Amino acid sequence: MPAEGLLAASWLLIALPLAGAAVLLLGGRRTDRWGHLLGTATVVAAFVLAVACTVQLAGLDERAADVELFTFIATGELDVTAGLLYDPLSAVFVLLITGVGSLIHVYSIGYMAHDPARRRFFAYLNLFVAAMLLLVLGNSFVALYVGWEGVGLASYLLIAFWYTRPAAATAAKKAFIMNRVGDVGLALAIFVMFAQLGTTSYAGVFGSVGTLAGGTITAIGLLLLLGACGKSGQFPLQAWLPDAMEGPTPVSALIHAATMVTAGVYLIARSAPIYDLTPTARAVVLAVGALTLLIGAIAGCAYDDIKKVLAYSTVSQIGYMFLAVGLGPAGYVAGLAHLLAHGFFKAGLFLGAGSVMHAMDDQVDMRRFGALWKKLPITFATFGLGYLALIGFPFLSGYFTKDAIIEVALDRDDVWGWVLGGVMVLGAGLTAFYMTRLMLMTFFGRARWDEGVHPHESPSIMTAPMIVLAFGSVFAGALLVSVLPLSGWLEPVFGEPEEAAHVVAPALVGLVVTLVALAGAALAWLFVGRREVPVTAPVRVSPVTRAARHALYADAVNESLFMRPGQWLTRALVWVDNRGVDGAVNGLAAGLGGSSSRLGRVQTGFVRTYALGMLGGVVVVAGALLAVTAG
Amino acid sequence: MIEAPDLSWAALAPMLVVFGAACVGVLVEAFAPRESRHPVQVGLALVGTVGGLVATLLIAGEPDEVTAVGALAVDGPALFLQAMIAGFGALSVLLFAERALDPARSAFVVSAAVPAGSPRDRELTTVPRVQTEVYPLALFAIGGMMLFVSANDLLVMFVALEVLSLPLYLLSGMARRRRLLSQEAAVKYFLLGAFASAFFLYGLALVYGATGSVLLRDIREATTAGSGGVLLVLGLALLVVGLLFKASVAPFHSWTPDVYQGAPTPVTAFMAACTKVAAFGAILRLLYVAFGTAEWTWRPLVYAVAIASMVVGAVLGLTQTDLKRMLAYSSVAHAGFLLTGVIGLGADGGGSGLSATMFYLLTYGFTTLGAFAVLTLVRDGDGEASHLSQWAGLGARSPVTAAVMSLFLLALAGIPLTAGFTGKFAVFRAAIEQGAWPLVVVALLASAVAAFFYLRVIVLMYFSEPAADGPTVGVPGLPTTVVLAVTATATVALGILPGAVLDLARQAAIFVG
Repeated sequence: MPAEGLLAASWLLIALPLAGAAVLLLGGRRTDRWGHLLGTATVVAAFVLAVACTVQLAGLDERAADVELFTFIATGELDVTAGLLYDPLSAVFVLLITGVGSLIHVYSIGYMAHDPARRRFFAYLNLFVAAMLLLVLGNSFVALYVGWEGVGLASYLLIAFWYTRPAAATAAKKAFIMNRVGDVGLALAIFVMFAQLGTTSYAGVFGSVGTLAGGTITAIGLLLLLGACGKSGQFPLQAWLPDAMEGPTPVSALIHAATMVTAGVYLIARSAPIYDLTPTARAVVLAVGALTLLIGAIAGCAYDDIKKVLAYSTVSQIGYMFLAVGLGPAGYVAGLAHLLAHGFFKAGLFLGAGSVMHAMDDQVDMRRFGALWKKLPITFATFGLGYLALIGFPFLSGYFTKDAIIEVALDRDDVWGWVLGGVMVLGAGLTAFYMTRLMLMTFFGRARWDEGVHPHESPSIMTAPMIVLAFGSVFAGALLVSVLPLSGWLEPVFGEPEEAAHVVAPALVGLVVTLVALAGAALAWLFVGRREVPVTAPVRVSPVTRAARHALYADAVNESLFMRPGQWLTRALVWVDNRGVDGAVNGLAAGLGGSSSRLGRVQTGFVRTYALGMLGGVVVVAGALLAVTAG
Repeated sequence: MIEAPDLSWAALAPMLVVFGAACVGVLVEAFAPRESRHPVQVGLALVGTVGGLVATLLIAGEPDEVTAVGALAVDGPALFLQAMIAGFGALSVLLFAERALDPARSAFVVSAAVPAGSPRDRELTTVPRVQTEVYPLALFAIGGMMLFVSANDLLVMFVALEVLSLPLYLLSGMARRRRLLSQEAAVKYFLLGAFASAFFLYGLALVYGATGSVLLRDIREATTAGSGGVLLVLGLALLVVGLLFKASVAPFHSWTPDVYQGAPTPVTAFMAACTKVAAFGAILRLLYVAFGTAEWTWRPLVYAVAIASMVVGAVLGLTQTDLKRMLAYSSVAHAGFLLTGVIGLGADGGGSGLSATMFYLLTYGFTTLGAFAVLTLVRDGDGEASHLSQWAGLGARSPVTAAVMSLFLLALAGIPLTAGFTGKFAVFRAAIEQGAWPLVVVALLASAVAAFFYLRVIVLMYFSEPAADGPTVGVPGLPTTVVLAVTATATVALGILPGAVLDLARQAAIFVG
């Protein structure tokens, strides 16, 4: 139904941060002194508005509000109206984005205090928030795509923020290219919808998708999945996400942990009516999720860079979410609950990592940390709570949300249900292993600090958001599962939750997962906590460790499959363009009159070269046309 | 006694205004005193182009007409394209007229006949005199282009092709700085252009041989009846090659980088925007009106050259270190994207390809004009600084210039909320409707690759330390400021609210046969 009251003003949610970005970017140095405050204020204001909108939404009978903005493209049969859809699903994301976004903006005031380009940083962050809100608020796939490209651009700008580091520039490029691969999938899916259904609005597509042939629906589902994999760092496009950690840590927390990388999950959840019709595409979603979950967890065990471990953890946790939304109606709510809880604790973990780096002169190598718990008590406490939430410690956030996914998988009551459940339990063990390893290497053991490093606790403007997020890590899970159940809130989107007959009692699942996690943690203590941690990584390691250190050779695969052929193509084309045709001319001339050396000295040979190229083209064109006509 | 053909003066008014202004310009050149020539010529050129634009708008509502014994078709597409050519022509004339940027007060050489590097040439570089013959030349080219897109007869089309080409060859060789490069570009363009024209002419002869007529309408009847055979197909191939050359479609693109780089930048901007419109206008008319019912003959051909053009443009653009060359390869890639719209014409023009292609031409014209206009601002001691490395850190030195350039580059890359996105969206959709899946996949991949080199420039401008002896950013005079304002506004407006213009293109998209 059309939006009224505050909901009609929900376009302000996007406009506020966008205006902030515009002022900061166009205002130039004049805004240096107060730019960060303005940037933070716009996001906080958006959060307040989002809360008010959501409260109003909760009071509506039909919990969905359409906000028509303007007609984007309208010619004949093609009609794209730019509009927003404020419904329970988008409301959840809007709250997450503006809420966690506000906290991270506040944190950044402290974290970027000494950076000369702080204003630019806040401008890009605001730009990101605006684009991300458009992504989740748009009422059509085209609006989503516009936001999708926007967050990609902002992410690119922010990864490359410290552009003087070559690694940052390379990482930004990598992220950009791998995202483009995914974007092509999304764009194609949208074009298929246009060609087949004549619309891209959610209402229009979901209303008529059932009339399509099964193969077409599956194709749309798989193309959307490709887009989701690119943005969310899922197999086979996962390699960019860990490299993206070259960006400033608040960026890693906001974009590459809590919000943007979950856009893929949003896309699949939003497209639920499409996936409901195509078991094949849904099975592929499951496979992608399960595979990524393990890849991320295994790679996370081997890295020494604290942010990369957390990044692989993100890859792995989003794998859980993909798996959940691949499980069908019951899984959507479980996946989104995990997404929200993860948003809290992973953002908290990243901010904690940032606080540690702040204390250690931007060192990220965990082999050079150790014994920090006494020096950084607040960081240790908040980080510790995030850690417990992530490994699924009983009654913290991760415990409720992760177990819910495992239960849904087991409820399938078939062989695959057991396999997926097993994978997730194994993943939980691995998660406990690498996170415990991270905790032990960072906060416990002997101090292995570099010379001249004097760790100190971060200022309160940084610790305050960490404390708030720690509360989220502790309580979000219980809140979402039992106090304010997400399943009831999302009912208008995904339908009434079925009361599933549990195959395995939830308590038993909880017990098993907890035990496996404890085993993982114990193993970590056995391998890492008991002994002295060497300051440089040992070289002679088992093949398994080596493979994990190389993230299961994802980069090597990408290089040989995509980069090398691309390079060859470029080189070949350049060669043909510069020398190939020229060489052909010379060769031809030599063959005809043995005068290649004389021709080689003719300086203005290029026009003839071009002309020969054209002639070749003409022959091919005419030959092809004749062949077509004859055939 | 030959009867004078019946001419519809009203329908011809846009072209008559432009050609009339051009002829007056020649007289001004001959009789007006030297000091007053520049303002008079600029004014005249603006009157001609803006007058042409206004004339097209005035007769836009009138019913379609075929006039001059069937040689000219003044229909929706013709008027839409003519309006574009006149409008872009007016903007280009403004770029020609810029006097504030170059210390020598103009981008054009004082006397093109003086050998480059000779003592007389060195003397003339410091003289504050300016070249004014470029304005009538540009007007003739614009008039030729307007004739080109409404030619309903292959002979008239050929004449128009020559009328638009010859002034362009001359204009390319008139750069004030780096004269040898400019002259080399002009000679190359001329030789290859003559080569391409010969193909067109030979194709014309073959088609005449096959059908006994040069009128597009008669050719259509012949193709529909299935007569003509090999001669007709071969003729079609050669005609298309001649047009693809002008549109800088690979593999007929080889002149583009050299000429774009060597020509004076205002001329490059003019060629990139207007020549593209004219060439595609002719391609659309030829394939739609004359060969629309034989769609299956040219479809594989257009398919193949579209892919070649997109791949060549996108991939070779990656390795360019000169911005003008990079934009030239970008123009090659965009020609490929435009051809996906041509594929969208469908059997007998049943698809939405015509309106999509015209809309794309509009968005691309604005964007590319704007991008070249920004290029004229960034200069070092030796004229424009077009090497990529010289643009490093421009964002810190001149935020507004960098921001405007970024806008145009994002639009060229097809990022949403810019004109480039809506244009691409329209042509890809038209191609998909005709089932050209593989083509759109290639197009999306090519635009992904191409986006990379556009973004590289943005990154270079914002994320690199400025070079110590970097270029200066000139303060543009009124003409360039107007061009930048118009093109930037259009790029944003067509990206956010393209509805009205798309609708206009759709209404205009009916050829009169």
